[in-house]
Amino acid sequence: MSTGTTKLDVVVSDVVPVNELVTRFHFRRRDGELLPTFSGGAHVVVEMRDGDRTRLNPYSLMGSPLDTREYTISVRRDDVGRGGSLFMHRSVKPGLEMVISYPVNLFSLDLRAKKHLMLAGGIGITPFMAQTAQLAGEGGNFELHYTCRTASLATYADVLRERYDRRIRLYHDDRDERIDLDRLLSTQPLGTHLYVCGPAGMIHWVRDRAAALGWPSEAVHFEHFAAPQPGLPFDVTLAVSGKTIRVGEQQSLLEAIEAAGVDPPYLCRGGVCGQCETNVISYDGKFIHNDHWLSEEDHRSGCKIMPCVSRFEGRSLVLER
Amino acid sequence: MGITFRKETFRDDFTFRNSPEHIRRFPFPFHEDAYMYAVNIEPHVVGPKGSVLENLIDVDEHYVAEMQDRALVLAEDPLRCQSLPHMTLAGWDLLELLMEQQALGYPEHFTLTRDGDRWRWINRPLGIDDTFTFGDTSTLPCGPMEYITRQSQGDFCILDQRDGNLWMDAGMVTTQADWSLDFDIGMNFFEWHAPVPLAHEKGIFTRALKFLTNIQQGKPARRLNWTMTINPRLDTSPENYHKWGPDRTTVTPENVGDKVHLRVELQSFWRLPRSNGIVFPIRCYLIKMDELVTQPKWARRLHRVIRDLPEELATYKGLTRYRPTLVEWLSKLDDGSPTSPGFGPD
Amino acid sequence: MAAKTIISRPIYGTLSPQPGKHHLFIADAEGALAIVDMAKMAPPGFFGGAEIVFIPGLDGKHVAALEALKPAQFHLAPSFASLLPRLKQTLGNAHMGLRLYLAGTEGLIGQAMQVALEAGIDHTSMQTEHRGSLARRMQCVHCKGITENVTTQPATCSHCGLLLLVRDHYSRRLAAFQGVCINAEDRSEIPPTEEAFP
Repeated sequence: MSTGTTKLDVVVSDVVPVNELVTRFHFRRRDGELLPTFSGGAHVVVEMRDGDRTRLNPYSLMGSPLDTREYTISVRRDDVGRGGSLFMHRSVKPGLEMVISYPVNLFSLDLRAKKHLMLAGGIGITPFMAQTAQLAGEGGNFELHYTCRTASLATYADVLRERYDRRIRLYHDDRDERIDLDRLLSTQPLGTHLYVCGPAGMIHWVRDRAAALGWPSEAVHFEHFAAPQPGLPFDVTLAVSGKTIRVGEQQSLLEAIEAAGVDPPYLCRGGVCGQCETNVISYDGKFIHNDHWLSEEDHRSGCKIMPCVSRFEGRSLVLER
Repeated sequence: MGITFRKETFRDDFTFRNSPEHIRRFPFPFHEDAYMYAVNIEPHVVGPKGSVLENLIDVDEHYVAEMQDRALVLAEDPLRCQSLPHMTLAGWDLLELLMEQQALGYPEHFTLTRDGDRWRWINRPLGIDDTFTFGDTSTLPCGPMEYITRQSQGDFCILDQRDGNLWMDAGMVTTQADWSLDFDIGMNFFEWHAPVPLAHEKGIFTRALKFLTNIQQGKPARRLNWTMTINPRLDTSPENYHKWGPDRTTVTPENVGDKVHLRVELQSFWRLPRSNGIVFPIRCYLIKMDELVTQPKWARRLHRVIRDLPEELATYKGLTRYRPTLVEWLSKLDDGSPTSPGFGPD
Repeated sequence: MAAKTIISRPIYGTLSPQPGKHHLFIADAEGALAIVDMAKMAPPGFFGGAEIVFIPGLDGKHVAALEALKPAQFHLAPSFASLLPRLKQTLGNAHMGLRLYLAGTEGLIGQAMQVALEAGIDHTSMQTEHRGSLARRMQCVHCKGITENVTTQPATCSHCGLLLLVRDHYSRRLAAFQGVCINAEDRSEIPPTEEAFP
């Protein structure tokens, strides 16, 4: 495990199915103390020990930063992924002892904003749960627009409506309700900051329209929930530690490196923060870059890779680890 | 038990002195016989007992006198303490940090009791006993950053982290080495460091910024910085430069030991939990040459460092006028014998 | 004294048309030419969504050239101070997506930027182009007074009278360069005055 953050020993205090896809997990500290306080938008990295495989997945903290007796996260079940969410849904029960990281915030509010405009898609609602609680606690000005596939999958919509009433607008795909994005983006006062969290396509669309309508990029904040995707196994030589490893189908390159006892730094596990950036010493094959950190040029150059989410196909790959 | 606080001044009659224990614990900043910039950041963890690192926030025998000098500076110039409107939450983060650390390290002097968000803070050396609601500024006599930094040694800069950069958006700066909070507030990391010579070309600030923006809760870091001051004056601000600047012309071969001071800043960097900002305490330590040379290794090493310091650095640190006199004085204490590696006295 | 560029010293670019529907131009004197030059690259109909605010120089030139661009609104002001109330109102009512273009002297760019920052516009999104005089606004670090139109090195503070080194260290928040007493260590030293920022 990386030494970038401190670890917390926790116990699962509750597991609550929210709808057919989403389950909520509650954690308390094993020693009974309060958990560290945090800023809205922060995530914790949950260590999942699944037999001989260890996965580390980031999940946004949903609870109010003002109450740290427990942490709550919500996990959306992904049947075709690497199995992290399946592990959580199937194997994590109340009473289970687990290890999580201290909170890390890579999606923080810009506290200068005169207004916070939030756009959430599906499970992307989770960081906004904490952020709206934080802002509501200090009388902040926010507005949340939440798109979901169906009413039953509108996770926490009733909670949000009850707390924030007209500051929340819901859009159900199955009722053909769409965000009138251009109108929304053209009618905000100067000093508004825009936050979007949801599927990659939604983030892309919002960023595109905001730029076209004159929004400067400094006022647009986004968080991808990019989970590492499974793929064909491949072999890697770690030149510095002198090891050869095989990255399994359901395993990320970063997890394989960690399983070999090498500890690169990491913070987000999702290809956006840059911490695990690794130099390529040589390769014979093709990179599958899934990150949002490296530039186009870096991707083409074959000199760097983000092991948390990216993969490789080919005859050989030698990394500077 | 506890600390015996000194009655002393940092202006006018300059009665500031270090006790023998405080001379030995002084954070001498040179681990070798030459000096150049480096990204000399390391984890801020507790160090040996009897050193300035025995607690992560250090309170020493000069505490009461320093707080009195701070109060005088602020009365003359309130612009030394400013907080841009969005930084109040970070101010509360800092209040919690300093109260916790001071109560933890010095329980005979400071006590913090918490009952939900009703907090009681007792500061015996300054005669303070206040009960307030955490998060509610109306229950304190002034903003949280000002309130607590009037009770903590050293300067404090609170940095907002945005767009991959750090912005100096709040601070209490009364013991600085020659930069103006009022001018620099609102600048980003590269902008406020703009006047530092040489370092930009070496890419030092780019690397440092990358490190600092990735500091996480519970894992503070630290580094040392240094300069020299004539007379033990804490307030060497640009605002008052026309008042203390002339001191640099008063150094003579006879008074070097008494007037010339090494000024060391122990800087630390902490992630603040609720605001996601970074606080940058700058803890200032002063020692006059007469006190410093009671440790022979330090005398020899300082001589070599100052003698060989590159011109641009000497100019930037304001040493030019009296450097020859100082080097001459120190040379008499340098017999050329080797100095042991590391910072500590022998 | 040769001025060395430091990182806090603002660097101005060349105005170029930005995406968006609403554009606000503020310029003084020769800054008008920066707008005229940019217009050659602007897509058709661009100025239909633009407001131009112009402070002509003493010679009154360039007004016609700006009017010829047919902006949606055109306003002439005798000075920056006189247009301040109107500018604050415009920005107070504006929406996200408004793009700002500032051209002319450093003093104008800095002061307009100050107002825009207050209104919540990020400074990196503002287009700036320097044209005309190099005269600076300077804040005296000792008395905090701002001296306008500084062209010499060193310069005397118009408030407290100290002789100041005009540094390249610049504050966006104050829209001014820093002035520090140049002869504090020895008041008898009076360096010669040179025209440094004509």
